[in-house]
Amino acid sequence: MAQAQAAHGSDKYYIPHGSKWPAVGAVTLFVTMLGTAAVLNGSSMGPWIAYLGLAGVAYMFFGWFGTVIDESQRGLYNAGVDRSFRMGMTWFIFSEVMFFAAFFGALYYARQLSVPWLGGEGSRFMTNLFLWPDFEASWPTNGPAGIGGDFQTIPAFGLPAINTAILLTSGVTITIAHHALKAGNRGVLKIFLALTFLLGFAFVGLQAEEYIHAYKELNLTLGSGVYGSTFFMLTGFHGLHVTIGAIMLLVIWLRVMKGHFTPTHHFAFEATAWYWHFVDVVWLGLFIFVYWL
Amino acid sequence: MSATQTHGHAADHHDDHGPAKGITRWLTTTNHKDIGTMYLVFSLVMFLIGGAMALVIRAELFVPGMQLVDPGFFNTMTTVHALIMVFGAVMPATVGLANWMIPLQIGAPDMALPRMNNFSFWLLVAAFSLLILSLFMPGGGPASGWTLYPPLVLQTGDALPLAIFAIHLAGASSIMGAINIIVTIMNLRAPGMTLLKMPLFPWTWLITAYLLIAVMPVFAGAVTMLLTDHFFGTTFFAAAGGGDPVLYQHIFWFFGHPEVYIMILPAFGIVSEIIPTFSRKPLFGYDAMVYATASIAFLSFIVWAHHMFTVGMPLAGEMFFMLSTMLIAVPTGVKVFNWTATMWKGSLSFETPMLFALAFLFLFTIGGFSGLMMAIAPVDFQYHDTYFIVAHFHYVLVPGAVFAIMAAVYYWMPKWTGHMYDTKLANIHFWMSAIFVNVLFFPQHFLGLAGMPRRIPDYSTQFADWNMVSSIGAFGFGLSQLLFVYIIWKCAKGGQKVSAEVWDGARVHGLEWTVPSPAPYHTFDEAPVVK
Repeated sequence: MAQAQAAHGSDKYYIPHGSKWPAVGAVTLFVTMLGTAAVLNGSSMGPWIAYLGLAGVAYMFFGWFGTVIDESQRGLYNAGVDRSFRMGMTWFIFSEVMFFAAFFGALYYARQLSVPWLGGEGSRFMTNLFLWPDFEASWPTNGPAGIGGDFQTIPAFGLPAINTAILLTSGVTITIAHHALKAGNRGVLKIFLALTFLLGFAFVGLQAEEYIHAYKELNLTLGSGVYGSTFFMLTGFHGLHVTIGAIMLLVIWLRVMKGHFTPTHHFAFEATAWYWHFVDVVWLGLFIFVYWL
Repeated sequence: MSATQTHGHAADHHDDHGPAKGITRWLTTTNHKDIGTMYLVFSLVMFLIGGAMALVIRAELFVPGMQLVDPGFFNTMTTVHALIMVFGAVMPATVGLANWMIPLQIGAPDMALPRMNNFSFWLLVAAFSLLILSLFMPGGGPASGWTLYPPLVLQTGDALPLAIFAIHLAGASSIMGAINIIVTIMNLRAPGMTLLKMPLFPWTWLITAYLLIAVMPVFAGAVTMLLTDHFFGTTFFAAAGGGDPVLYQHIFWFFGHPEVYIMILPAFGIVSEIIPTFSRKPLFGYDAMVYATASIAFLSFIVWAHHMFTVGMPLAGEMFFMLSTMLIAVPTGVKVFNWTATMWKGSLSFETPMLFALAFLFLFTIGGFSGLMMAIAPVDFQYHDTYFIVAHFHYVLVPGAVFAIMAAVYYWMPKWTGHMYDTKLANIHFWMSAIFVNVLFFPQHFLGLAGMPRRIPDYSTQFADWNMVSSIGAFGFGLSQLLFVYIIWKCAKGGQKVSAEVWDGARVHGLEWTVPSPAPYHTFDEAPVVK
């Protein structure tokens, strides 16, 4: 049937045929969430249900993206469909920006409002006097009760600065790869795309190193009061996004190696590049507001 | 998969194949009409489940004292009733209407991203399965109120992660649905349909979709912080660690206030379609309606703390949020006056959709006025967390959003099924709903002003009379909705055949009236040209 619709010509909007993948995705995500909830509630069955669900989600991704890549290779996606994909990706990235905004908002609130108030700033001096008389507002802090015990922070101009350099460089390499793709220079494309995802994975590796250092030597943990909470949730969700972005880059690279994409038709490449720049920009926010200032 | 059904009787119809057979059709479909139908049926089921929970609440409150349920279960009912009605009934109903009608109204062959469309729907089923499952967990279902304020919500038992994951999945579903609607409207409008020629229902949904994408991720972030505060030792919302429970309220209401417009803006769009049709006049002040909708959406982002006037904000905060909130009355007033002006000197007729739209106009405005009252910070100190609040938001949501959805169902159901609904029963449904909804909610204004707090299973005897009246209204309203279910079922099964135009004079108001009734499985395969 798909071929029948391809015969419509390129000006007609392509309506894909039915697919089992949405339903598979919904069921497997349900199982994953059920399993994760069971893990959190301390059930011994939990991990197995969660792994089963995750395996199913992975299967869904392979199957769904496989179908889409196949349809793309067969030329079913005309300019109209391409435009839909571009708009869709743009607004998806915007929704991700808003997700990070919630955590940046929490960081801002803690630093500018809740910690100074606990320290007795302005009209809140009674709070300090009656509840936490020994507490002086400062940042970083684990709060008036010293939740999680004394800790040290990670200086901005050590490993985080190196990670900043890595991500900024990867932003350059993917742009070089994109120009090479548009110029039809596949050799340069392959090398610079490979460099990009290698830099991405290097970032994740160094971030893991930093976490181990924080937990083992600095006593900086997720439970280190509001500093530890905001630090690990912001950098953790960012690290997760870098990991996803690096996997996307790897997939795109494998597709390049198989000969996919043309100088004019390469939406998946561009979507991945947009996503990569997005994680890059979020990192700059993190570097400045979490590590540096 | 359905290639075998392709028939080739005419070149321009060669992919007008029918749907797949049996359950496979619904699991794998990419058709906007199938998906719209699934959304609407899902929301009807959720409306009945959430309604049953409301009746548990009203049965307990029928007389003072503890009668039927224990207080914990009562709290679970208030919480889950709200979550189901907001995320399971009203939002999916408007998404279902968007799925059915937006492609028909803008001359598109389908939604722009049809497989993701199906994914949005089935994720919603997964989400509400988790939420309903959470009711049966040790420690009972979530019982903190739908706002899930810490520290109270952190005392939830095993239901907590299930409820939070349900919100994550429902949020992902909403975001994908919103992206689909934006892309469809921006990319698939028929040639000649400029944005300012587009009907109001797609317009209001376009703006709603932007709200959804902007705030659903924020809510996901907020509940994720609840999850880590409970299970992983973070202290976002605990003062001992330097956090603040009020932080949650700020993040929640940054989502929560646009969320109420997410529920009401599509309703504005529906009413803006129906009133012109049955007034036999074009909508008065079309451009003003569009700009008013956009203004309301913009303002919705800078008013959130009016839900928190009593939390102890600085005076400057109270003033800012009070004044920005009152500003919303301006664009909303523009809308109400424009609907009224549309009817001025029109040749009005009062079919069921028009009756619901008119009831919307009156009763939503009552809810709007009580909203204006509580926007005034010093008097809100009196109203906060009383039944006055409950009366206010039920007036904007039940005879507001829900009546508009019912109006839309009566207005477009003949287009979907090819049959006219049973007009006599439909009018009975309208009058029963319209009378009982006032019996149900109007007395709650009095209770609230007299000081009855919300979310309590028992109350002082001075509140007994109006609570009894309200509960009688609740059961009357609930039973009337069974009639609604019967009317829909009957109309789907058969009835008087209708023309493509359905309502006389409707044709001038939209492209959906140019396709046959019932609308064929595939429509606007070739885009119509709009002049």
